Amino acid sequence: MLHTIIKKNSYQDSINLMLLTNSVSTMEGLNKVQIMMATPANKDIFKTAGLHTPELEAAESNDMAIVVDTDDASLIDKVLEKVDQYLQDQSISNKKQSFETVRTWDKAVDALPGANVAMISVPGQYAADEADKALDRGLHVFLFSDNVSIEDELRLKQKAHDKGLLVMGPDCGTGILDGVPFAFANVVNKGRIGIVGASGTGIQEVSTIIDRLGEGVSHAIGTGGRDLKDPIGAITMMDGIRALENHSQTEIITIISKPPAEHVRNEVMELLQSLTKPVVAVFLGEKPEQYVGNVYQAYTLAETAYIAVDLAKGNEVKPDYNAGDFTVENADLKEGQRTLKGLYSGGTLASEAAILISDALGLGTHIKNEEGYVLKHEGHEVVDLGDDKYTQGKPHPMIDPETRSKFIEEAGADSSTAVILLDFVLGYGSHDDMASALLPSIKKAVATAKEDGRTLHVVATVCGTKNDPQSYDGHVKALKEAGIIVKETNNEAVRTALSIVGLQVEDNQKKHVEGEKSGKEFDLSVSDEIASLVSDRPRVINVGLKGFTDALADTGTQFVQYDWRPIAGGNARMAKILSLLK
Amino acid sequence: MKYNSMDEANKAVIDKITGSAPFLVDVVPAKEKVKELNEGKVLLHAGPPIKWEDMTGPMQGSCIGASLYEGWASSPEEAEKQLAAGEVKFIPCHHVNAVGPMGGITSANMPVFVVENRTDGNEAYCIMNEGIGKVLRFGANSQEVIDRLKWMQNVLGPTISKALKLTEDGLNLNVMIAKAITMGDEFHQRNIAASLIFLKEISPFIVQVDMDETDRKDVIQFLADTDQFFLNIAMATGKAVMDAARQIEAGTVVTAMCRNGKDFGIRISGMGDEWFTAPVNTPQGLFFTGYSQEDANPDIGDSAITETFGVGGMAMIAAPGVTRFVGAGGFDDALATSNEMAEICVSQNSNFTIPTWDFQGACLGIDARKVVETGIEPVINTGIAHKKAGMGQVGAGTVRAPKECFEKALEAYAIKLGLIE
Repeated sequence: MLHTIIKKNSYQDSINLMLLTNSVSTMEGLNKVQIMMATPANKDIFKTAGLHTPELEAAESNDMAIVVDTDDASLIDKVLEKVDQYLQDQSISNKKQSFETVRTWDKAVDALPGANVAMISVPGQYAADEADKALDRGLHVFLFSDNVSIEDELRLKQKAHDKGLLVMGPDCGTGILDGVPFAFANVVNKGRIGIVGASGTGIQEVSTIIDRLGEGVSHAIGTGGRDLKDPIGAITMMDGIRALENHSQTEIITIISKPPAEHVRNEVMELLQSLTKPVVAVFLGEKPEQYVGNVYQAYTLAETAYIAVDLAKGNEVKPDYNAGDFTVENADLKEGQRTLKGLYSGGTLASEAAILISDALGLGTHIKNEEGYVLKHEGHEVVDLGDDKYTQGKPHPMIDPETRSKFIEEAGADSSTAVILLDFVLGYGSHDDMASALLPSIKKAVATAKEDGRTLHVVATVCGTKNDPQSYDGHVKALKEAGIIVKETNNEAVRTALSIVGLQVEDNQKKHVEGEKSGKEFDLSVSDEIASLVSDRPRVINVGLKGFTDALADTGTQFVQYDWRPIAGGNARMAKILSLLK
Repeated sequence: MKYNSMDEANKAVIDKITGSAPFLVDVVPAKEKVKELNEGKVLLHAGPPIKWEDMTGPMQGSCIGASLYEGWASSPEEAEKQLAAGEVKFIPCHHVNAVGPMGGITSANMPVFVVENRTDGNEAYCIMNEGIGKVLRFGANSQEVIDRLKWMQNVLGPTISKALKLTEDGLNLNVMIAKAITMGDEFHQRNIAASLIFLKEISPFIVQVDMDETDRKDVIQFLADTDQFFLNIAMATGKAVMDAARQIEAGTVVTAMCRNGKDFGIRISGMGDEWFTAPVNTPQGLFFTGYSQEDANPDIGDSAITETFGVGGMAMIAAPGVTRFVGAGGFDDALATSNEMAEICVSQNSNFTIPTWDFQGACLGIDARKVVETGIEPVINTGIAHKKAGMGQVGAGTVRAPKECFEKALEAYAIKLGLIE
């Protein structure tokens, strides 16, 4: 029996409501519960979940809808009580905030006149408009939102470029500007290595390894995953590279991307070779055979970090950093136990795992993605659980353990599974203690295998630093105590998993050859706005998810929180009228 | 539109508001200023147009009281019969340069304040405040109420009129408002400071008026007792200023907000005197002992002209003393309310700086676009009438202007400008 509670004009952002849904779901006696804002799109999600009711249909975009499927009607009051308590606790815990909260762009700019970056995390359908407004106000844009069309991305990036501004994103999960973590990012020591990256966990993996090796990062500029594809043509990447070239504290430039479109790759490479600073580049899926001129191309994320650190320290760059001894003592396997299951929360880490496994299997190194599976071959599987496929109506696996727990238990029950590979991504935005959240499922999976007479091996990597809000050492310790093999980098973790099933990757010994200057003249200058972005502390208008302000507050960054809501409550005709009445 | 952009038009509107020079110049019988009141049985009422049968209890009760006061009927029953039979013509106060609190019922012989806006030469009128308790504006119509209205007609009105004439120039209302806002008034729920300033300004002249000494004492006593006396002056001030701003005839600034107990009506600068209405909300707040939310009449009165002008609920932070009374939790809530209201306004009024708001100016020019964009509805501080006629005020609280009015106004304006079909 379906019960509907509508809380009129009670706006909460979707992540909050998902967490609330999870919290309410734990109540005994409920078959199913869903709490969302009653927008047209969400009504469809209710419909799909079999939770659509006439009361819900009548509700409006600014109403919070709670639909409960239960046979016990007396639980409804308790649900409401729990919802109110949750929202109340949240409002109390938010009470002591010392920053200004605004509801319009005008007030945001009034409240922080020196703002130079807008961090935007509004639902995708509204993101391009808000980014446009930020650019109109002369702000660089950090666009966390996804589901922005490629046409909008191109238009925004061209507009930004013409105005001397940067659009970092869309779908930009991470960034570090002058030591300030943006969105899902780690607390990384400041230093002389600058990063421009088109991948979220790619930046996180490289920057945290750099930190753990004792070096630091000047800036890590995210570009969004499509920046090096057609038709964007690396607009943000190239402006980001110029920014770091002009930033005197940056001595080494590191770029991270999936393989770019051919002509984009050539153009970026020509730009890199025209720089005065040494460059480390990784195009995940390309297996480089040599270092060319000032550009050191790496095969893995870890290798990228190691090369950058050696360059920063003035050490000679080695021909290879990937190979090593990854043998595991006493790795028992039962007959038929031969497959690897990579269950990743980080998309780029998943891709890297897929590349290495694929390489070891002799299948080449290019990445595909079928329904979130970046590798699916003869029982070997690597899945990116942060893929859209798994995050519709659910929080990202870096925040919420639920989906991954399910996959871990399934992998444990599969008699072919030899190794489960996991990533634990720390930093702002991520779960407070993912190790503790996942350990019950891991232990269950190991126990299930044991009952079946199998030893299930679990290999993990922790992506984080000692200064992250979660404890890096605590994570490593907790995982090791549970019998999990914990490796320093994702590269090492994957190779360890491979060695358990008797596979290994052959690595290239990269020679250093002279670069060929293309003869093309590159303009390496940057706008005043970009120069000031990299030379000063960012001053931020956070548009959307309030949780992102934690990192800003902790680092003493000036910011204002813009509690964004859909324009005109999501009413499309009114939004159009507003756009016309200018 | 003669402006290059909506922002430019709105700027012109708010320049009119800040440039206005309202003066309290006289008190006269309403019929002297509103010619329509001389044409048979005519009553002015609050809010957008409404028919007798749609009026809520308090407004109907006021109509009965006004009929008795004007001598059209000798009993409430007779009055009600005439009203129900359609013998009395109704006109919104706003259509004749007037505003009226709660029911807003204004008849020919009631004395009204005359506020002159010297920048544009226009005038606005509002009946005088009767005090609290059993009063006509809340629908009470007993003999006590009628007797007080007669006294106001025969003694209070003429006395203040004579005193004002002795001032030669009238009273400069911008100055009085600017002073009182620093003394904790927001001019809707709290007017005690402004009422005292009025008393301070007027009493040296009242003592010079040639009149009966008992009457003089009664007048002074009444002014000393009536904490909300200035509310009606503030309302006429808001009306005079916002009517002048309406002459810009462009832009999206709200130039009037009012309620008749059934509908909430607004006007915006680009749409002249057209009303955009939606069903009113019912105020939430604190109730006098013995009454509850159940008894509350839906939102009523022209007093939301104060919020339109940027004070009242919009300036909640100026009056921490009444924030709890009107339902806000305390100082922080008042601050949050005013900060929220600033989000939907074009600017802030440097004429009226608020010490408790770190000397920021009061809200200036509600932009209907911002209301629709953010969904933040203007907040109105208001008295709460009992829904039954004659029971009077039962509490005070806040109420929101329904978003729908603003949506309708913008849609009509976009159509008028040919921007959309």
